[in-house]
Amino acid sequence: MNPESAILAAIAVPLVGALGISLAGRINDNLRETVTLVTAITLAMIVSTLLPTEFAGGRPEVSLGEVVPGISFAFRVEPLGMLFAALASGLWIINSIYSIGYMRGNNEKNQTRFYTCFAIALSATMGIAFAANLFTLFIFYEVLTLSTYPLVSHKGDKDTVRSARVYVGLLLTTSIGLFLPAIIWVYLVAGTGDFVEGGILQGKLEGPALGFLLGLFVFGIGKAAVMPVHRWLPAAMVAPTPVSALLHAVAVVKAGVFSVTKIIIFIFGVDYLFAEPSSGWLVYVTAFTIITASVVALRQNNIKRLLAYSTIAQLSYVVMSAAVLKPFAEIGAIIHMVAHAFGKITLFFAAGAIYVASKKTEISQLHGIGRRMPWTMAAFTIGALSMIGVPPTGGFVSKWFILAGAFQADNTLALATMVLSTVLNAAYFLPIIFIVWFAEEKETPANDHGEAPLAAVIALTITAALTIGFFFFNGPVLELESQIVGKEK
Amino acid sequence: MSGWESHLPALQVIAPMILAPVVMMLAGRGVAWGVTTLVSAYAFFNAISLAAGALAGRTFTYKLGSWEPPHGIELHVDALSAVLLLVITGASTLALIAAERSISAQIEVDRQPLFYAAWLLALAGLSGIVVTGDAFNIFVFMEIASLASYILIAGGPDRRALPAVFKYLIIGTIGATFYLIGVGLIYLMTGTLNIADIVQRLPLAADQNSVLAAVGFITVGLALKAAVFPLHVWLPNAYTYAPHMVTVFLAACSTKVQLYVLIRMDFIAFQPNLADHALQFAQFLMPLAALGIVVGSAVAIFEQNLKRLFAFSSIAQIGYILLGASLVSETGLISSIVHMFNHALAKGTLFLAAAGLAMHFSSLTLSDLAGAAKRMPWTLAAMVAAGLSLIGIPGTAGFVSKWYLLSAVLERGGLGYALAALIVISSLMAVIYIWRIVETAYFGEPGTDTATVREAPSILLAATWVGALANVYFGLQPHVPATLAASAAQLLMGSTP
Repeated sequence: MNPESAILAAIAVPLVGALGISLAGRINDNLRETVTLVTAITLAMIVSTLLPTEFAGGRPEVSLGEVVPGISFAFRVEPLGMLFAALASGLWIINSIYSIGYMRGNNEKNQTRFYTCFAIALSATMGIAFAANLFTLFIFYEVLTLSTYPLVSHKGDKDTVRSARVYVGLLLTTSIGLFLPAIIWVYLVAGTGDFVEGGILQGKLEGPALGFLLGLFVFGIGKAAVMPVHRWLPAAMVAPTPVSALLHAVAVVKAGVFSVTKIIIFIFGVDYLFAEPSSGWLVYVTAFTIITASVVALRQNNIKRLLAYSTIAQLSYVVMSAAVLKPFAEIGAIIHMVAHAFGKITLFFAAGAIYVASKKTEISQLHGIGRRMPWTMAAFTIGALSMIGVPPTGGFVSKWFILAGAFQADNTLALATMVLSTVLNAAYFLPIIFIVWFAEEKETPANDHGEAPLAAVIALTITAALTIGFFFFNGPVLELESQIVGKEK
Repeated sequence: MSGWESHLPALQVIAPMILAPVVMMLAGRGVAWGVTTLVSAYAFFNAISLAAGALAGRTFTYKLGSWEPPHGIELHVDALSAVLLLVITGASTLALIAAERSISAQIEVDRQPLFYAAWLLALAGLSGIVVTGDAFNIFVFMEIASLASYILIAGGPDRRALPAVFKYLIIGTIGATFYLIGVGLIYLMTGTLNIADIVQRLPLAADQNSVLAAVGFITVGLALKAAVFPLHVWLPNAYTYAPHMVTVFLAACSTKVQLYVLIRMDFIAFQPNLADHALQFAQFLMPLAALGIVVGSAVAIFEQNLKRLFAFSSIAQIGYILLGASLVSETGLISSIVHMFNHALAKGTLFLAAAGLAMHFSSLTLSDLAGAAKRMPWTLAAMVAAGLSLIGIPGTAGFVSKWYLLSAVLERGGLGYALAALIVISSLMAVIYIWRIVETAYFGEPGTDTATVREAPSILLAATWVGALANVYFGLQPHVPATLAASAAQLLMGSTP
């Protein structure tokens, strides 16, 4: 398959899959799950065919025509988008395996709708990853919001609907009220919104206006969850856990930080933005987000809410590190997307596995659960260590690069934030690890449970292995990503 | 030109008009509907053929009864008329295909043939306005369309439609009379009614007061009929209390046809021949357009009834169309004409979805629609898609017209920046009123009395989705309307395409 048709296929295959899933759902559950898995595997294979081209320095692109003069609906694969697409499509396979265990183990209703919307969300994610310009990116960004709404409100009761309202309300208002005007602004001053290496705004926009435009983007892209537009993420935790795992640890939130990073690198241009003092506020805002979210996480008792606040902090790592505006920091931002994805999806898988097996949702209930669910809790531990940044986990690699970037830029604030937040991460994760393994069970649970369903355990074991594996085998990712950042120097 | 093709402009009007009395005599449930739908579908295909010709750069002219113009009536179809024809016949056809169940629920079977006959007359009248090249003939078709519309609007079971239609009738008649007075004065001064001929002869009488008065009468008369703010008072109630399918049809095209006449008369006949007229046109209409946009959107935010909400949004959208035209530039006209097309798509779909809701919900007050998305998810999803188009989200048709409009106002510089801000603000206002619907329908708690509510009839639902998908399609592939609009704008600005 040539790269151009692979791009289009990557977006079309999940859509066709969605159709297949909704048809198969009427016939038989097993058939439906088969279609999901086949779609996920096909997608990952298609995405992987693009890899050799990218490594060789090729940038395949395909345009579906101009909508109005200057604005085209087009795709172009560069290393950053390639990585994001590979990450999301690869994890979708594992997530599908996990979903089967989770959804059946819980006897969830409307499973067909669940898998259908999931496939549409993945198609939108591919569109975001491969978008060649702001216009195309925005369309898929909105499709992703809309297609995940039924997933968040899946349960359909009053509380869930209220949370779903916060979710979709916040994401839509910020994107339409801030993101879209920012995009229109870029098109008007630069005459284009194409993602170009080195940026497109040099000489077109300068001074405080540049910092203001950056603000429109950062807060307009609500999916990046920089405070104060983070409220949707804890709200989204009412969704079934596979949704939280793939979408609110990987696809949706990474779509946010991916967009911010991509806009900083390809629209503003790292060097150009670094030279502009009015862009400095972003480090402060993200540092504040990291610390505040970590402190809030300290006080959570619900596992998924704790993970959500941890995600908010970790997302701001990415944005802060992108905002440090030095090559090492950009690499760190990109690597952290991957490292955090592996670690956080593992943690969510574990949280879901605990719920399926024991119906427990609170940290205070977890005493001694490690002995009942050793595989799950081992994976949980690995994920938590990666969040803190302990070697040998993926989290260590990305923190290394972020710190190196902060040194490069002499950015003391970023350095201090990294140190302090590492301490805070340890403060909320280590006690959990301790009670899980070393505390005695408070009371014997009503159902004398063991491990979660096999499918779920397999999935979380794989992601935990990936978390550790990323510590040792991150070379290809580094090689690929330094292609874009290298040109910046 | 082959024999058949040369008759297309005439058939566009003749077919629905001749078949109207036939439909009137068709008794029995569904028969009149079937024939009307077929006629409308034929008219739609006829319009597509004409549009295809216009896309290829052709202009169709037709001498009615072979009388030579300017003495006989001349039909004249160019790119501008083609866009409007597509809108009129498309809206009519889609509404009719969807209409059977909805109309049967609202109008007794024995009155249906009369109703459908009026529909065909309205279709003939509106198409006639667009195809004719004769100023007086426009008035005649305008009256046919208006009288038929009054019947259609008052035809439903809602008695509140009667005062609404009475208001519409009074204001519509004043508007038409003003137009007629204007055309009469022009005839006195130039001795001709053929628009092309008027263009030739107007310079001889250009500075006469009677010509200036004529222009004033024509502009105000058409603004009344087009519901330009502040002459819009007839519109909200007429749209709200009309039978739902009539609203779909008329909301999509009737005011746009009046704006078409305004734009054509002004840009073709008056601006090239009257000193400073372009400036007067802009200065008179631009403030009205801007006010209409703001006030229409603001009222829509606070409106409780779904159909009234959409009606006030229409007043704002008419403002957009007028704003584009009042810039008196090529890009401005493109935005104006493209928006006629795109707004018809969005508003038609919204009213179709509203009609679907009305099949099951006895009241379209927002508070009664709480939780409607639980009962009718597909209808509401289509409504959201069309709503996004109304706001102007990229990927939908609405974005394309907003983009042209933004480019057009920024071309102007100076005041243009204020207008650009106005457009962005009013788009955000649209976000608010669309969000209110989403909020109620998706996040409201459904009442127990709606527990038995199911989806709209499948054919109505299918039509709604055709509309919703068309909004997306023309948002990504706006080639056809944009090209037609571009050649129409060149025509209007006096440079040949």
